[in-house]
Amino acid sequence: MNKPVDGRITDMKERYKGGVLKYKQMGYWRPDYEPKETDFICVFRITPQEGVDEVEAAAAVAGESSTATWTVVWTDMLTAHEDYQAKAFRVDRVPGTGEGTGKEAQYFAYIAYDIILFEEGSIANVTASLIGNVFSFKPLKAARLEDIRIPVAYLKTFKGPPTGIIVERERLDKFGRPLLGATMKPKLGLSGKNYGRVVYEGLTGGLDFTKDDENINSQPFMHWRDRFLFCMEAVNKAQANSGEIKGHYLNVTAADMEEMYARAEFAKSLGSNIIMIDLIVGWTAIQSMSNWSRKNDMILHMHRAGHGTYTRQKNHGVSFRVMAKWLRMAGVDHLHAGTAVGKLEGDPMTVQGYYNVCRESHNKQDLSRGIFFEQPWADLKKVMPVASGGIHVGQMHQLIDLFGDDVVLQFGGGTIGHPDGIQAGAIANRVGLETMVKARNEGKDIINDGPDILKQAAKTCKPLEKALETWKDVSFNYTSTDTPDFANTPTAS
Amino acid sequence: MHITQGQFSFLPPLTDTEIRAQVDYALSKGWALSVEWTDDPHPRNCYWHMWGNPMFQIKDGAAVLFEVNACRKEHSEVYIKVNAFDNTRGVESMVMSFIVQRPTTEPGFGLQRTEDNGRSIRYTTYSYATNKPSGSRY
Repeated sequence: MNKPVDGRITDMKERYKGGVLKYKQMGYWRPDYEPKETDFICVFRITPQEGVDEVEAAAAVAGESSTATWTVVWTDMLTAHEDYQAKAFRVDRVPGTGEGTGKEAQYFAYIAYDIILFEEGSIANVTASLIGNVFSFKPLKAARLEDIRIPVAYLKTFKGPPTGIIVERERLDKFGRPLLGATMKPKLGLSGKNYGRVVYEGLTGGLDFTKDDENINSQPFMHWRDRFLFCMEAVNKAQANSGEIKGHYLNVTAADMEEMYARAEFAKSLGSNIIMIDLIVGWTAIQSMSNWSRKNDMILHMHRAGHGTYTRQKNHGVSFRVMAKWLRMAGVDHLHAGTAVGKLEGDPMTVQGYYNVCRESHNKQDLSRGIFFEQPWADLKKVMPVASGGIHVGQMHQLIDLFGDDVVLQFGGGTIGHPDGIQAGAIANRVGLETMVKARNEGKDIINDGPDILKQAAKTCKPLEKALETWKDVSFNYTSTDTPDFANTPTAS
Repeated sequence: MHITQGQFSFLPPLTDTEIRAQVDYALSKGWALSVEWTDDPHPRNCYWHMWGNPMFQIKDGAAVLFEVNACRKEHSEVYIKVNAFDNTRGVESMVMSFIVQRPTTEPGFGLQRTEDNGRSIRYTTYSYATNKPSGSRY
């Protein structure tokens, strides 16, 4: 690391012992610094290489994510360089790591960034600094951006979700209960006509939304225009059957912006109320599609395909709570944020933390849910979280207890896999949902009595009875890889 | 046909006791209740007739139920729903809505398709009942 260019520094062995002393000396460690209200504050979980002390490592992160290069450059003197330097101001050992725990030492490094470092309204620019070069930096074995406090002044440079929870509900005329959805299965291989059949059955049965999966684009078995046309027939027919507004998330993810716009325009021309994109399209494309959606009264659904490559490993990457903050700013209306009880990664408290990031006007610090910072959202609209992946109606009481009303509950297999058909699956889910919301409102103890409440409702609803029987033993009890690390007292582990 | 708008349309019709429990829940949250009715239940008809203003001052569930029944008495063959409004900053919208009366028969909706360029189709949902003038639909 920091290999000096020939001739510039001769006594490198002494000066660069441990590798990062210079960052400290250059002013990236400022233990007395009081972050300003307009500063960004990041907390990184860092694992220094052996022999690198944590303060120097933190200073190095501050340096590499802002102005630093490997040596002092005189051109700094042409600038108000202290403002441009990020400042590490606090380093805490992560509870349960380091000496005596048998685990490699990790540290939470708190770093402040002046607002001048970031271009207004650009997540691309924020990420280029905060998760740019610094993540490949050799003196660290691993680094993870755990949380971020965004100054209100910067938030106000973003338009946020094009629709938001409140307006979405008003457009759909659905209030006071979670929305119900399902992802179409099998996700690959169905022809347009067969695919539309699944959409039709699900929506007619009682779902509010059906959904394209992340990797359905325009493959040889189903051209995208065919999918859109058949799905809109299904949506409109189901709407007439039920007298209720329905929708299908048409995935417009494509190879380039021109094609995404073309697909979105076609969705609009057919009267769809919602489109979807995948996270892997990238921040710039997300903001562009958000602008388009805002202009065209479209709800924008975000499928977080690929997020696990950033978020899953606890020691390296970016926490999903940070991704959720960026996505709320970039402007999406729906965001897959975990189920806690389903087949995909997610500790319940940690997942609730993501939901709070999506839905609250003001996040309080909440270490038990992984929220390090108070975050006022400056009236930025709220994102509807989506719970999807290996959940079924037998978990309805847990889902409603964990997530409340403002969530889309998506039972894919749990709808389409119903032994009596897709409509029966949808009915079972809707009856289970309404029963549980009603019971909660009546003051019943749904967490303890939930299974009985469902059983009782199943007496007058065959599809629900069958669903409960079919999936009664299905649960996914694996240890989460991502849980908050906090201790109420500094000494506990 | 059975219109499935609202929170509880997939459940058996709510009894007055059950309606009262929902009303009390809303009141416990500090929300204002309102009663609305219509004989045009098209899914895009977002403005039903208001049975008076939302009851901002009323904290007693019995008074809300009284209004529900008064509305039922005057309009027996229409849809009636109970709504709750939350005026918290950042919400300021409806947060509950459920149907408490339906007409005896619900003829439902037709779907009109207009074939357009390519294979595009324009869809229009229309209510069979609204072919007749308001007041004589159900």
